[in-house]
Amino acid sequence: MTLPLFFFYLFSATCIGAAVMVISSRNPVHSVLFLILAFVNAAGIFLLAGAEFLAMILIVVYVGAVAVLFLFVVMMLDVDFAELRKGFLQHLPIGMLIGLIFLIELVLVAVGFVVSPQVAAESVLPINDTISNTRALGQVLYTRYVYLFQAAGLVLLVAMIGAIVLTLRHRKNIKRQDIGRQVGRKRSEAVKTVKVESGKGL
Amino acid sequence: MISDVTDFASLAPAYPELALAIGAIVLLMIGVFTKSNSANMIMGVAIGLLAAVTVLVIIQTESGLVFNGGFIQDEFARYMKVVVLVGSALTLVLSVSSAAEHALNKFEYPVLILLATLGMMMMISANDLISLYVGLELQALALYVVAAMKRDSGRATEAGLKYFVLGALSSGMFLYGASLVYGFTGQTQLDEITRMISLGGSGIGLTFGLVFILAGLAFKISAVPFHMWTPDVYEGAPTPVTAFFAAAPKVAAMALFVRVVYSSFEPIARDWQQIVIFISIASMVLAAFAGIGQSNIKRLIAYSSIGNVGFALVGLSAASEVGVQGVAVYMAIYMVMTVGLFACVLSLKTDNGYVEAIADLAGLSRGRPFVAGIMAILLFSMIGLPPLAGFFAKWHVFIAAIEAQLYVLAVIGVVASAISAFYYLKIIRTMYFDEPILQFSAAPGELRLVMGVTGFLVLSYYVTVGAPLADMASVAAKSLF
Repeated sequence: MTLPLFFFYLFSATCIGAAVMVISSRNPVHSVLFLILAFVNAAGIFLLAGAEFLAMILIVVYVGAVAVLFLFVVMMLDVDFAELRKGFLQHLPIGMLIGLIFLIELVLVAVGFVVSPQVAAESVLPINDTISNTRALGQVLYTRYVYLFQAAGLVLLVAMIGAIVLTLRHRKNIKRQDIGRQVGRKRSEAVKTVKVESGKGL
Repeated sequence: MISDVTDFASLAPAYPELALAIGAIVLLMIGVFTKSNSANMIMGVAIGLLAAVTVLVIIQTESGLVFNGGFIQDEFARYMKVVVLVGSALTLVLSVSSAAEHALNKFEYPVLILLATLGMMMMISANDLISLYVGLELQALALYVVAAMKRDSGRATEAGLKYFVLGALSSGMFLYGASLVYGFTGQTQLDEITRMISLGGSGIGLTFGLVFILAGLAFKISAVPFHMWTPDVYEGAPTPVTAFFAAAPKVAAMALFVRVVYSSFEPIARDWQQIVIFISIASMVLAAFAGIGQSNIKRLIAYSSIGNVGFALVGLSAASEVGVQGVAVYMAIYMVMTVGLFACVLSLKTDNGYVEAIADLAGLSRGRPFVAGIMAILLFSMIGLPPLAGFFAKWHVFIAAIEAQLYVLAVIGVVASAISAFYYLKIIRTMYFDEPILQFSAAPGELRLVMGVTGFLVLSYYVTVGAPLADMASVAAKSLF
């Protein structure tokens, strides 16, 4: 009992610490690295909660893809972060005030957290402890939620069309590789036999 | 877990969506694999496809739940889908003549519009918080791309980016609210949430979730205080795209708003009613005053659409069947008026390009009497002058508010409507009583057709479409109760 509790506090404390460092560190590359640390610790909390699939997805997708992409963007684009952060101190008081109000409201919700027993008994998909997360997801993803699965595919299609239409430019005078032409090339087009007299160059 | 989709016939209520999705993908493939510029052909086929799907929605009378409750087809959905499909098809027609000038002559443009329309139909038919969100994102993502499609224009890119960032923020708010609602009720299906609330699932947490969901949805219908993006995006985006933004997505988002508050939060109507009343009053009043100082006609229409959303919400805040009927009638008339107005704006072309400043409309009535006449009719209708359609739209929602004894709301609405008359009348004065400064070229045939039809419908509303539309809206409203 105490060991999971210990790890819970360890993961959550590191996660919060890393999250604070994300917004307070001066070097944007450090910020992204702290973001990765926060993701890994959040994955640890998911593991403790018994959601191992979610934990792995968090590592694979967020650490493996999203955070690395961030890192690329931060390193490739010449963004002046000091300039971006200029108004930070000026807006700090009002930001703090809004944050404080929000925190109080969240605490109010957390304190008033009562779920009536009938509601708790009738969840849309009760957790089945006998099978693993991945299996449980696989059982509903292509049957019960097939509509959402297909619709999510359409959303990705739109994202792909959008990325192409907004960035692709057909420029002229570009040398592109044409594998068909490369393979179909005949000997006569490429090799020329010349008779070289001895003692002289070409 | 088994799916309820066992054969093709069981998908009947979703046939229109399937047809649209398959059609959009086929058109995309044709566009990719034809060598020559096929944009015009694809635009024509897309308009035909939207018309065919509209017919399919009307003749496909099978209602009910599909996909284990994720998708619902009822009279309300059918009514709203027809309005949305007609709006999308008409705005595609509007963009035919000006596509090249607005850099929309790519085959991706009609395909993205089709996919956005599909997203709207999914929103209207959503019966589950997840399917609602997926539909919303499908629609929004396509709109962000379309807004920024004129990529060599700084303003269009800015509009697209601004829309994207604020849209993502609103989606975040919506998701946060949806997760709270799921956490406190244990359900994602809208009708199941209602059942859980009546079982005792309501409390401060649920109200909190409701507030976040409504904030996210208010962003999508651009109701005050979540309207900040509207004028900038409307002004920056190419005019045919703005026409699309102002017509169909507003109707779909309003339908979604209605469905969420009625089918899942009906038992706690008192909680959302005060929010809706507040955003309704704020939208009407802000739009009435902020529109006065505008000099760009697209910005003016943006504020006008914020105000119109406020009026439609008057009907919603009545929390009654008459109120829903009012909203349904209002959105249909709003769509027709907006499309007509944009047809007029798109026909304001000189030899040097399109005109957007209100001052440049001076003396339009002398050079182009037809355009000026239709525009005047539509603007008088926006003011709410009887016997034009806009008057009956407002009449329906105010009657609902008065029946629900929301007298203050109705009075504020009438006052806001009177104030907003000022800027509509200012345009009419510029068109009719100022000396002409610009020479406008003749409007293309399809724009004249759209202007003629919308002008006729608005003018003859009481005699022709008024009664059938009110009946259809009444049937639609009944299906929600």
